[in-house]
Amino acid sequence: MQDFFNIESQLSEDERAVRDSVRRFVDERVLPIIGACYVEGRFPRELVPDMAALGVFGANLPEEYGCAGLNNVAYGLIMQELERGDSGVRSFASVQGALAMYPIYAFGSEDQKRRYLPRMAAGEVIGCFGLTEPDFGSNPSGMITMARERPDGTWRLNGAKMWITNGSTAQIAIVWAKTNGNPDDASIRGFIVPTDSPGFKAKDQKGKLSLRASDTSELVFDHVELPADALLPMSGGLKSPLMCLTQARYGIAWGALGAAMACYEEALSYGQNRVMFGRPIAGFQIQQERLADMLTEIVKAQLVSLHLGRLKDAGTFTPQQVSLAKRNNVSIATDIARESRRLLGAVGILAEYASMRHMANLESVYTYEGTHDVHSLILGQAVTGLNAFQ
Amino acid sequence: MKIAVCIKRTPDSESRFKIAPSGTGIDETGLKFDIDDFASYAVEVALRLNEKEGAGETVVLAVGPDALQETLRKAMSMGAERAIQLKCDSQPFDGLAVAKALAAELAGGGYDLVLFGKHAFDSSAGIVGTATATLLGIPCVTAVSQLEIAGGRGTARRDLEGVSELVTFSLPAAVTIDEGIARPRYPSLKGIMGAKKKPLEIKPAHLGAIRVVVSSMALPPERPAGRIIGEGPGAVPELVRLLQTEAKVL
Amino acid sequence: MGHVLVYAESRGTDLRKIALEATTAARALADGSGGGEVQAIVFGPPGIEAVAPTLGRYGADVVVVVEAAGFDRYARESIAATVAARAASGYRAILAGFSAQGRDLGPRVAATLDLPIVADVTEIRVDGDALAVQHPGYANKVIVRLRVSGSGAVVTVRPSAFTPVETPRAGRVERMQPAADPGAERVHVNDVIQGVAGGPDLADAPVIISGGRGLKAPENFKLLEDLAGAFGNAAVGATRAVTDEGWRPHSDQVGQTGRQVSPQLYVAVGISGAIQHLAGMRTSRTIVAINKDKEAPIFKVADYGIVGDALEIVPVLTQAVREAKGR
Repeated sequence: MQDFFNIESQLSEDERAVRDSVRRFVDERVLPIIGACYVEGRFPRELVPDMAALGVFGANLPEEYGCAGLNNVAYGLIMQELERGDSGVRSFASVQGALAMYPIYAFGSEDQKRRYLPRMAAGEVIGCFGLTEPDFGSNPSGMITMARERPDGTWRLNGAKMWITNGSTAQIAIVWAKTNGNPDDASIRGFIVPTDSPGFKAKDQKGKLSLRASDTSELVFDHVELPADALLPMSGGLKSPLMCLTQARYGIAWGALGAAMACYEEALSYGQNRVMFGRPIAGFQIQQERLADMLTEIVKAQLVSLHLGRLKDAGTFTPQQVSLAKRNNVSIATDIARESRRLLGAVGILAEYASMRHMANLESVYTYEGTHDVHSLILGQAVTGLNAFQ
Repeated sequence: MKIAVCIKRTPDSESRFKIAPSGTGIDETGLKFDIDDFASYAVEVALRLNEKEGAGETVVLAVGPDALQETLRKAMSMGAERAIQLKCDSQPFDGLAVAKALAAELAGGGYDLVLFGKHAFDSSAGIVGTATATLLGIPCVTAVSQLEIAGGRGTARRDLEGVSELVTFSLPAAVTIDEGIARPRYPSLKGIMGAKKKPLEIKPAHLGAIRVVVSSMALPPERPAGRIIGEGPGAVPELVRLLQTEAKVL
Repeated sequence: MGHVLVYAESRGTDLRKIALEATTAARALADGSGGGEVQAIVFGPPGIEAVAPTLGRYGADVVVVVEAAGFDRYARESIAATVAARAASGYRAILAGFSAQGRDLGPRVAATLDLPIVADVTEIRVDGDALAVQHPGYANKVIVRLRVSGSGAVVTVRPSAFTPVETPRAGRVERMQPAADPGAERVHVNDVIQGVAGGPDLADAPVIISGGRGLKAPENFKLLEDLAGAFGNAAVGATRAVTDEGWRPHSDQVGQTGRQVSPQLYVAVGISGAIQHLAGMRTSRTIVAINKDKEAPIFKVADYGIVGDALEIVPVLTQAVREAKGR
């Protein structure tokens, strides 16, 4: 994609190098197979070792834990490039890095960090994030999954989680549960739950028409016994999982931009080659307006994402800023994917082309990690001071 | 083994080019530059040879201005241990001059193997590798698609003009690398971060006299538009007629 | 001075076509720079002297024959040392073809004699004290004009850029001993494996029939081989897509990272026309494309195109070419 606003000039040499490496990986390893994986409804697990070798898991976590130690702009660029490939592939990396490794890094003991993080960076241990429940999606504070502590410090966990990316693939689940019968969200703690624990069941959620190249599962905890050191000691309250979500949402804002870029490039290329009425369709006014709109939104989204990344690196960003970026970027990406599909005409419905796959995927991205509407209320509350959630 | 890889910084070969206002170069705005394709194969070959041995050092060198440093760092992010920039104002078109600068740096460096790309995409000349080897007085094998080193001797396969050759030679030697060995790895993210800490020396390039310079560059004339003459096997007679009468190639 | 030395490439005891092209270029250069001599130097096993009259016909005043059994193949170091020894007396230019041999030889001679060198040249003339040459660079996308200063230079000429022209000269034979023993090469050639089919090499063939993915299966290249046979002087090439798949040998690949060719006629069968392929053949004199997709980019560069199934069309074309050639 032409760098219309010379945003390249705002990136450091490292950031460009990171983006280029991940782009090459996606071009060579993901794009050739992802259409077929999507149709089959299969996440390409065989890519995990190479993704790990590339260093995309927990890339913005420190080198001392086996991670790449990149800044947040570089991390964003990784997500952008992965989702240029497919939202399901990027979701895998988001969950692994921001929702499984990050909570261990932020709330875990030194022992837990050393035990898990390097192996997760290496792709040897896959994680998932258990927050959402069948009856509690946008309202996680209502969760009913409960962990009860025994005098000896061990725990018993009961409950269920749903819509869990990597749920059937993971070796560990970071599960958020209320504790000791207390229904208040202040009692929420995080637990590292090995998925081979007796009583732990993961079941693939079938029948998806979106995010098909991704493992989406329900988790059931039926009297799962956990040792004392399963608890993430620094976790406490709803704030803990929300901090993880903020990390993931930041990556998703960049990821959606990547999907938008992929669709725009496909539309532009097709438009320049497809001849109708004696000339390329990209020469007709309606298509040019489509392309101009797509380009404009992409440029705006790039600038939002880049500035957010710089704020995050400076340590001055806020979750509400992340909400603005996620909400905007995913919304414009869904529009761009749809418009691209339309410009492609008949071939746009084929799996051979990326736009409709992105279009379908982005519906999930619109809904997860805080739906578009939830982010509207977050922003509304941020600027008015008034809570419109209930 | 101590392996030197001489690389060149070239623009992406898929680019559309425009001529710079000066008329003596291409317009670089918007172009992406990287290690030249065949040179990046050479870097990959060096890294694999040393990985196989389990020990050794890969040093990358290039002749030109400071913009090269990013390209040298890319090679280090792939795994080369250190880099040397032989600095001059602009990338010379005089292949022998470049060879002289490289030979001056490489002589006495104790390199077992000196690798080059078969040729660079911009000039396609393939001068520098063979000329440098000649100046160093070491054997040179060009256009190698497979290479093995054992016990101070190299075995290489060359595919040229419909014929394959298997050759052997003793080290130290120079080899220019063709496609076919393995795709160059893309740097891991840790590799990218690690490259910043690896040594990059900057030294002046001893080019000698520059005797080849660009006097001008131009875009080639467009081919005149052709035409589709028909569909299916029924169009064959007309094609044959045109090849005989119009194109006169039959 | 003002003489031009030209390396006349041979294989065994036969001259390669590029030798005649380079000699023609040398003749034109010598004539254009005050009328010096063209001296051709040729290496080969016993019997190679027989090519001298041919070189004379194409403009060589002198043919330096270096004959030894060890020159039945390209003994790079010995040939380079011998050419350099001959050239030490000083020539206006030393020419060779930009073939596999020429690419290897030119830089060796240049480095040994400390002469500037330019490669893959399509035009060469004298410009005052300097030489002015033209070279298609950046994968044939930019025409680069270079000025070479100094009293001598090594120049390698692009195959098919100089059409051989008979300008008969004396072709007087001089014998020369090799300056280094071809048996003492430091690069030992252990084995030489000929290419798949016989017939001309892509660099020499006036007609090239090339196939891509549109042929659907490697067996279908037989159709192209039949068409090449019908022409009689054609070689079969391939795109990168099919050589990567292993359908055809890598050495048959026409494209930016493969062979660059410039035949009289290039027939692209089942080839979509990716930029990297075009870079290898766009300078062909006449291009014919056969492809079932009428939007394929190849039709933009083809002089003549037929839309349709290659597997149906090629056999019909083969028969028509046979008839046209009276076979």
